[in-house]
Amino acid sequence: MNPSNSNLAATGREHWISTLQLSVQEVFELMLVCPLEIPAAPPPEEGLDITAMVGLAGQLCGILTIRCSSKSAAHMASRMLGIDPDQAGPEVWDAIGEICNMVAGNFKNKISGLGDGCMLSAPTVITGAEYSLRSPVNEEFRSVLLFEGEPIVLSLEVHN
Amino acid sequence: MENIRALIVDDSSVMRKIVERSLRQAGLSLAQVLEAGNGAEALVAVRANKVDLILCDINMPVMDGLEFVKALAGIENAKGVPVVMITTEGSEGHVVQALSAGAKGYIRKPFTPDEVKQHVLPVLAGKG
Repeated sequence: MNPSNSNLAATGREHWISTLQLSVQEVFELMLVCPLEIPAAPPPEEGLDITAMVGLAGQLCGILTIRCSSKSAAHMASRMLGIDPDQAGPEVWDAIGEICNMVAGNFKNKISGLGDGCMLSAPTVITGAEYSLRSPVNEEFRSVLLFEGEPIVLSLEVHN
Repeated sequence: MENIRALIVDDSSVMRKIVERSLRQAGLSLAQVLEAGNGAEALVAVRANKVDLILCDINMPVMDGLEFVKALAGIENAKGVPVVMITTEGSEGHVVQALSAGAKGYIRKPFTPDEVKQHVLPVLAGKG
């Protein structure tokens, strides 16, 4: 763990999963006018073929990812744009990337001292479920929430 | 507010559409909406068009929002045109940087149409 990450370790990491959940819930409630549910039991994570990711660098280094199905991503874009899900074309990737960007920004703004000390990358979106992502993960904060009854997986991988 | 000519600067086309919709929901009558995907494109748009209001993201490729706001100072067309930042960068440091660069308002993403109204209308009325 580098010194800057070490400093942040003392600032309530035990609350980071709930802070992540709150961050994504706020984005969905404000921008999609749709509450996210926290499931009573972990749902099966099948068919999650869209991954949006935003890198964090600075006092906190890592990757924040959101995984969901293509269908869920189309419904998210539909809600953001006020169009039918079938009409959402390439804007689906823009929408899910922007959601991930807002969640990352919202999260870092909620962590004391991180707002000015952590930069966000432009979002990247991967389509397909069969891939491996290799990064020097030191710690993962992970949560599964339900969007219109379908799972979305939120993960913050903190790097060495 | 009638016949406002707005320039929306964001690298996300989805976000540009959401901002436009929020402006309409805030009660603005938009005569023209120009879009740009980064600060450099926005400078071209400002040089070629007269606008009344600019809404601008910070983190963008090619030229970010802070550079864009600073560059606006040298453009005759942009004199007195208020800029409101709309960004995920919500820290106090970023707000101070944006206001120091010349922005008149600051909205954090995620936002509601009401927040857009609260920040944009006073700025357009010259009270920002």
